[in-house]
Amino acid sequence: MTSPDTLTPAAPRPSRWRRLVESRGGLGLLFMLPAAVFLLCFLTYPLGLGVWLGFTDTRIGRTGSFIGLENYQWLADDPVFWLSVFNTMLYTTVASVLKFGLGLWLALLLNRNLRFKNFFRAIILLPWVVPTVLSALAFWWIYDSQFSIISWVLMSLGIIDAPINFLGDPWNARWSVIAANVWRGIPFVAISLLAGLQTIPQSLNEAAAIDGATAWQRFTKVTLPLLTPIIAVVMTFSVLFTFTDFQLIYVLTRGGPVNATHLMATLSFQRAIPGGQLGEGAAIAVAMIPFLLAAILFSFFGLQRRKWQQGND
Amino acid sequence: MASVTIDSVRKSYGAHEVLHGIDIAIDEGEFVVLVGPSGCGKSTLLRMLAGLEHISSGRILIGDRVVNDLPPKDRDIAMVFQNYALYPHLTVAENMGFSLKLAGEKRAAIAEKVRPAAEILGLAHLLDRYPRMLSGGQRQRVAMGRAIVRNPQVFLFDEPLSNLDAKLRVSMRAEIKNLHQRLKTTTVYVTHDQIEAMTMADKIVVMHDGIVEQIGAPLELYDHPANLFVAGFIGSPAMTFVPGALDGDGWFRAEDGTRLPLADTGRARAGQKLIYGIRPEAMALGGDIPLTVGVTEPTGAETHVVGTLGGADITGVFRDRVTARPGETLGIRIDGAAAHLFDAEGGARLSG
Repeated sequence: MTSPDTLTPAAPRPSRWRRLVESRGGLGLLFMLPAAVFLLCFLTYPLGLGVWLGFTDTRIGRTGSFIGLENYQWLADDPVFWLSVFNTMLYTTVASVLKFGLGLWLALLLNRNLRFKNFFRAIILLPWVVPTVLSALAFWWIYDSQFSIISWVLMSLGIIDAPINFLGDPWNARWSVIAANVWRGIPFVAISLLAGLQTIPQSLNEAAAIDGATAWQRFTKVTLPLLTPIIAVVMTFSVLFTFTDFQLIYVLTRGGPVNATHLMATLSFQRAIPGGQLGEGAAIAVAMIPFLLAAILFSFFGLQRRKWQQGND
Repeated sequence: MASVTIDSVRKSYGAHEVLHGIDIAIDEGEFVVLVGPSGCGKSTLLRMLAGLEHISSGRILIGDRVVNDLPPKDRDIAMVFQNYALYPHLTVAENMGFSLKLAGEKRAAIAEKVRPAAEILGLAHLLDRYPRMLSGGQRQRVAMGRAIVRNPQVFLFDEPLSNLDAKLRVSMRAEIKNLHQRLKTTTVYVTHDQIEAMTMADKIVVMHDGIVEQIGAPLELYDHPANLFVAGFIGSPAMTFVPGALDGDGWFRAEDGTRLPLADTGRARAGQKLIYGIRPEAMALGGDIPLTVGVTEPTGAETHVVGTLGGADITGVFRDRVTARPGETLGIRIDGAAAHLFDAEGGARLSG
């Protein structure tokens, strides 16, 4: 019915740029780009490079060639590598369990109506705020074979008569670095769990008290079940941090004595940079991936919304 | 079932006293409502009864047992919280049976007690659900179910309906009252809503600023408020107050000279500053008392007129359809027998 002359003249076709900016998908792409570039450059590329290096015999100053699984075969027969795996597992397990126990205990204490509550909460964060290298140096001094304050106190009290060789004996060194890691990791666990505790309404505790629950029953039957989702997140992160720890060990012991405190991360660095064997170092780092994946899967299933969490509030 | 005695109970936080000596006697099986504006201490008093707050001085007895130092679990009470306080990780059935489980009862015995309670409350088909999957009214019922299952000496309700919408509130009100008539358990119910208090209570305790203003049956408080506070708090729309003094011949004279009828002057003295109180629904059209109309609010059945009378802002409720426009003056009449007289200083009731 409409004849051409009744049509309004068509608006000039917008420019390509304009169309991109005005379309929903185009704009989304544009906004996503910086983050994508960042992730590609600083995450995907190094990770890919690391995996690739693990399959080569690259050394510092010499491009290597592809050698397949040879690095891994070599590592499988390397007792130092297996020692570092053992150390890492021990370090992660013991430190995580301690951090969880002590962190939860602290969180429960801080969740009460204490005097100077905010002051204590701030204090708790200190170990987390201090740069790791700095706190590691402090621990290095605390663990000094001659001037250790712990040895000094124990000697003054007459409990021991010679300084403790904290970092010189394999097992002493292992427990010492674990203690330092626990000290450093508690704030994260405690503050996160405290945040979780504060989401639990006080009235639930009161209702349980009226229902006849003792303090212990209120903790195990009300507080703990409601806290599990947060515990799963917090402990996953804590395990990941601990498993990949590097700074503390590097400053305190450099993996010594006789590799007794080498973690996979420090051994990887040791072999790759000072040792020059980039390929082998990368292979050790790649060997950590299955363990980390296992931890992430654990959290994935632990974090799945439980049945009671579904529905509206 | 048990009686509850609250005997000169005080509560202070540090130097700040919030309850200044409360005395309330609650009979076995009675439904008592503590009502008052927020901050009056009614919830604190209830929580002290439950054992969730320490009693600074005085005594609380449940039956003939002093419970001051008993922990909540040994007081044989059940409480329904404002936010229901249902355990989110337990099903409806587990929520209701939680106290029995803690008491070490067998699974079959728990189910046997949970089922009838769930049936009374219409929750039988929801027993396997989790609280998050329920509506507000259903959660409210579960909270009540949890209380019923325990078969306690005393039920405590802490503003249980204030999170529900208006319509649900009215029906839950009736349901709670029904439940009480059925179980006859002594009940202490806290609310800030005077309608809830009026409709549900056997006995109302009006509280204000940490003291008891008046205790009595709902209509007793409505007809004979002990003071200005109770008079203004009970009834909706609120009682209208006109300041003034006696006029010699047994009438009341408002500050602008308007004369208002009184059936009896009670203890009022000539020259004393007084407040004349009249319920909005005690006014009727067709008289010679001038009411200047500000706003008319027709609700269908009746019309609320907000305006000024005798120099004071007042509200009148009329069964007629008022068509007066703002600024016009209506002639109304007041039955002198329905008027209340209060002392302007202190607010005590002076008429009989």
